[in-house]
Amino acid sequence: MTKKLERPMIKVEGLTKRFTLHQHGGARIGVFGGLDLEVKKGECVVLAGASGMGKSTLIRCVYGNYLTSGGSVKILHDGAEVDLAGATPQTILDIRRRTMGYVSQFLRVIPRVSTLQLVMEPLLENGVSAEEAEARARAMLASLKLPEAHWSLPPATFSGGEQQRVNIARSFVREYPILLLDEPTASLDAANRGIVVDLIKAALAKGSAMIGIFHDESVREAAATRFFEIESYKTAA
Amino acid sequence: MTTQAPPLLRVNRVSKWFGEIVGCRNVSFDLHPGEILGVVGESGSGKTTLLRCLSGKLEPTSGGAEFLSKRHGPVDIFQLGEQDRRRLQREEWGFVHQNPRDGLRMRVSGGANVAEPLMSLGGRHYGQMRRATTDWLERVELDISRVDHKPRNFSGGMQQRIQIARNLIHQPRLVFMDEPTGGLDVSVQARLLDLLRELVRDLQLSAIIVTHDMGVARLMADRLLVMKNGDVVETGLTDQVLDDAQHPYTQLLVSSVLQL
Amino acid sequence: MSVQPTAQAELTAPLYNFAYLDEQTKRMIRRTILKAIAIPGYQVPFGSREMPVPYGWGTGGIQVTASIIGRSDVFKCIDQGADDTTNAVSIRRFFAKIAEVAVTESTAEATIIQTRHRIPEKDLQEGQVMVFQVPQPEPLRGLEPRETETRAMHAYEEYGLQYVSLYESVSAYRRIAATASYPVIVDERYLMSPSPIPKFDNPKLHMSPALMLFGAGREKRIYAVPPYTRVRSLDFEDYPFETQRWDDVCALCGAEESYLDEVVLDDQGNRMFVCSDSNHCGERRAEGHVGPMADHALAGATS
Repeated sequence: MTKKLERPMIKVEGLTKRFTLHQHGGARIGVFGGLDLEVKKGECVVLAGASGMGKSTLIRCVYGNYLTSGGSVKILHDGAEVDLAGATPQTILDIRRRTMGYVSQFLRVIPRVSTLQLVMEPLLENGVSAEEAEARARAMLASLKLPEAHWSLPPATFSGGEQQRVNIARSFVREYPILLLDEPTASLDAANRGIVVDLIKAALAKGSAMIGIFHDESVREAAATRFFEIESYKTAA
Repeated sequence: MTTQAPPLLRVNRVSKWFGEIVGCRNVSFDLHPGEILGVVGESGSGKTTLLRCLSGKLEPTSGGAEFLSKRHGPVDIFQLGEQDRRRLQREEWGFVHQNPRDGLRMRVSGGANVAEPLMSLGGRHYGQMRRATTDWLERVELDISRVDHKPRNFSGGMQQRIQIARNLIHQPRLVFMDEPTGGLDVSVQARLLDLLRELVRDLQLSAIIVTHDMGVARLMADRLLVMKNGDVVETGLTDQVLDDAQHPYTQLLVSSVLQL
Repeated sequence: MSVQPTAQAELTAPLYNFAYLDEQTKRMIRRTILKAIAIPGYQVPFGSREMPVPYGWGTGGIQVTASIIGRSDVFKCIDQGADDTTNAVSIRRFFAKIAEVAVTESTAEATIIQTRHRIPEKDLQEGQVMVFQVPQPEPLRGLEPRETETRAMHAYEEYGLQYVSLYESVSAYRRIAATASYPVIVDERYLMSPSPIPKFDNPKLHMSPALMLFGAGREKRIYAVPPYTRVRSLDFEDYPFETQRWDDVCALCGAEESYLDEVVLDDQGNRMFVCSDSNHCGERRAEGHVGPMADHALAGATS
């Protein structure tokens, strides 16, 4: 009974996205239209489809990084549904801080901030004590097998795979209710991909809701609770 | 919706005309505690005029700006008398100029420049002020042995660090910054921005940063206001405005950034 | 009526009005002085006139004196504390001639004392007026060049900036090293430069029975400290205000508590310290006080 009434963490309804390129004579590029998607607790919905279908665009719309051109993206935040389309920037920032994490392929490097500090930051922002944040950050970095000698360094000079693991650590340490994963394993070797899959499964078991894009088929199969075919919503330009 | 603290600054339809020429037109926004607002646009877009109005340096032609003052409670800064406005500027605000010469007293030492706000707020104990000054020079990563040198003996980047320390030592609630890293070498600029970002986050400051540099905007600002010919043409979260710009002018600005 | 010179004055000084300035100018300056007295320490602008001496030679002080002097006054003028220096002698002669007043070197006898650099050692009395020649009336000028800004600072009592100069001094010398033009707060309100007296004399401004008038001719400002007004020298809690002290006594009169000038005697490094206040020194010697070099040739010169 309660299962049935459970509200989805993410509710995308009739979502349309197109870009208008004013630099190119106002060309309009449609990405998708009328897209519906619900993601509940414990679900990892993996976006399927060839590249260029708008998988990343959908994730960015859900994160509020892209504006929607039509429809709604509702996020369950503090027990209430918030439509990102009408939300204030402050609300979106608050959702990002407390409810919804995002792991991209790229780490936006902030010079001079140490790796450990970077991973602690999301916890500190949410009022976790410094000692606890450091303990959790250390445990997370250790589980991702990032050499301890690196922890005190800013990740600017790290390899792609190391930077990606810092990125993953930052997002998973916080245990967000919602996680958006855009190719988080792109530059990782098989062993590290396996670690990330374990992290994803552990987070799902704790009730996270996820939307993911995974290039690697084994990760895709291991992580997904279901697949979502985006191609059927493709709109003509 | 989440419960949020009331805005620190509510700007309501601020316009400034210079005769027939528009400086800025009908600008409205709220600034929340701890929030950093970037104002971007090219030279002549009105961003500096807006900053000068909001910081009480320039009287707008029309409009209001309500600041949540510690001393006065909510007050319209344009309705305040000159004395109260100057006190507000001194006690609760900071202003970092693009050119350190505009924000520093070039005739007195770097240390005294940093200590002056404390004296303006009634500090009369030399030893305490000296300690606070050296603490702040350390925080902005300046060589303390040079504390008594005149600003003209410092490089541009060091002068800017002194200016930043001078504007943060009295723990303001709102800091205005006009192209704070504008005149600096790229390498110096990166380090300074990073320092500013840390300080602003650590001190839970609210800030309004005027810049024409999209990289500065992305690193520093939570939210952006894009200005063109005195009008705000687009607002939104920084990453949204930069990654999914809607207005033709914003798209032009973003696409003009050189990629390395 | 006051525009016309009296018949008496016409006979004795036919080419000039009494005390040089015309009566309208004197009235303007007196109004300025009254306002200055009403707002202790506040710099009142006035229409400074061209005087027959260059700026920097006391044009402000001379105009103030000329506006307040009357036939019954007794005038004393000192420069660096001494009555017999060129400038002091010239100004004293000027008023003797143009206002026909009695002149004196005695501090006690004088009703008006015009000065540059010093306040006499002898305690001033009620009814006496000190007139100071001021080169730069604005104490904040060295730190803030904009007149609009310094005016606002005075208006809103924003005096933090003045402490910057003290801060600089302590940073450089581990003490407040300023010795003259040492800034004061008058009646706990206006910041004032008692320029250019040494800070040794600052305490004499506090609660003085005499009226203190300050005239800056080039800068066109007059300000005042009325009798019995609080005057506080600025300082820090941990670096309190101090006056100069000397290890020596006056070589001529043996005074231990007066402001001493150092006099170089030869190229062998010999020197002596003597009272800067020549009248004070002379009176002490007349009373029989004797310093370690009382027989020196200078004893004759300065008495």
